[in-house]
Amino acid sequence: MNLCTDQLAMLLAAKGQLLSVSQISLDSHVSPMAKEAANYRINYGQAEDIFLMQPDLVLAGEYTPRSTVNMLRGLGIRVEIFSITTTLDGVTSQLAKMGALLHREAEAERMITDFEARRAALATDSETPPSAIFYYANGFTSGRGSMANEVLELAGFSNAAIAAGYDSGRKMPLEVLALTDPDLVITSTAYPGGSRAEDILQHPAVKALQRGRAATAVTDHDWVCGTPFVMRAAEKLATLRHSMNKVQP
Amino acid sequence: MKRGLLPGLGLAIVLLFAASLLIGPAQLSIADSLSGLMAGDDSPVALVMREIRLPRALLALLIGASLGLAGAAMQGYLRNPLAEPGLIGVSASAALGAVIAIQSGFAAAFVLGLPLAALAGALAAVLLVMALAGPGGTSLTLILAGIAVSALASALTSLVLNLSPNPFAASEIVFWMMGSLEDRSMIHVWIALPFMALGLLLLGTLGRGLDALTLGEDAAQAMGIQVSRLRLQLVFGTACVVGAGTAVAGAIGFVGLVVPHILRPFVGAHPSRLLWASALGGAVMVLTADIATRVILPDRDLKLGVLTALVGAPLFLHLILKLRKERL
Repeated sequence: MNLCTDQLAMLLAAKGQLLSVSQISLDSHVSPMAKEAANYRINYGQAEDIFLMQPDLVLAGEYTPRSTVNMLRGLGIRVEIFSITTTLDGVTSQLAKMGALLHREAEAERMITDFEARRAALATDSETPPSAIFYYANGFTSGRGSMANEVLELAGFSNAAIAAGYDSGRKMPLEVLALTDPDLVITSTAYPGGSRAEDILQHPAVKALQRGRAATAVTDHDWVCGTPFVMRAAEKLATLRHSMNKVQP
Repeated sequence: MKRGLLPGLGLAIVLLFAASLLIGPAQLSIADSLSGLMAGDDSPVALVMREIRLPRALLALLIGASLGLAGAAMQGYLRNPLAEPGLIGVSASAALGAVIAIQSGFAAAFVLGLPLAALAGALAAVLLVMALAGPGGTSLTLILAGIAVSALASALTSLVLNLSPNPFAASEIVFWMMGSLEDRSMIHVWIALPFMALGLLLLGTLGRGLDALTLGEDAAQAMGIQVSRLRLQLVFGTACVVGAGTAVAGAIGFVGLVVPHILRPFVGAHPSRLLWASALGGAVMVLTADIATRVILPDRDLKLGVLTALVGAPLFLHLILKLRKERL
């Protein structure tokens, strides 16, 4: 009943083992497995609709409302809670936890091996890292201690937000962004329907930073959860970095 | 009129405008800032000065002048010191128009869609409030009509934003109710400017008519003032300036109330003199408030309307008490 646990479960569950995923997993803006999710029953995260499905196990996230979790437990249903991972190591431990819960240890082990192999392949690459900055709606950025930052550094970039003193994922004024002048500005994908929060990404100052640069990048659904999909995001960024280094010798 | 008032206000605007360009989260030296502003290169400093700070200062100046002028004109026409675009729901309705344009995609489809929609909202509100209160209506009916229109427009704005598929939209209710100039660009200046210029022209030339109107409508008619044309000019002018300002910066209240009230003793009982003095005074007030938002809480995006309301609301209460005493 959580976007991230839904993905882990869909990746690992045997046929017929997973009964239902949450509604948000259908939204391709945030869910890399929106197509797969359509094959399952959809729940809306309410205790009553989940109880009526009579599952043996409910997989919830850290931010699932406590009242819902307590009600389900009170009704005698086993609820396992997954915390939010902010590290790449966390991804493998989440995979292992999910594998154990679903009795699919072998599949989980195979996925972890694959994940670590891809991670090692990216880590060996050692060119001088270009600078990059995340810039999201409302001017927020990601710094140390975030999954996005780990992915960025694995892909061979240095996070210019950390260098500028914007450490722990807070709001970075547009002026500071312009002065930091990074090699790459990574923005977030826009939701449908306008908002002022996302207008900032269309601001001429941001556009000017993207113009004349080798490439632009956006964070998409691969970035949302601590699942093996973050490795795909890192690989895409690394490819981008190779093309950037070719253009600017 | 006290001599030196207009030059004094003009000087204050120049100083505040310069201060607005020099104050910001990025610590730039004065020399760097000025060379960035003048040099036309693509350096980061030039980017900060030209694309971030200049539009912000320009919008503060334009919106302040607009609101001050609109307040003075409405008070002159309605002969009521409580009339003000923010208080009588014109700003709130303009915000509703802007929000509908953004959420329906009209603003994205057509460059001037946003200010036009806000203008339509403002126009509807001015007409509605004037119809409800009437030109000879008492302060009480005007304020009551304004509160009703304002509450309805605010509620509908919240509704539209809550229905939006965009998860960020709902958190922007505060922006539309309180107004802010953070992270505006030259694009916003360009889409607001034509409507503001037209509105300022329409309102700024009302002086003679408003002076005549202090003698009563019949006397004004006798002096050759066409009151119906005057009213039309006022309505369209107010809708233009408030619509354009709100479309890019949200609803900023109380400027049109506070500024004419402070300046009235200096210019005497002549609405015509008050008009342009209030435009300058409004610019001073909004520039000051916008600088204050950056100095007081630089990291928090303090809303402009919060500061103007902190100054304006006590004055509003004071005016109500004064009006009540006069009636006794």
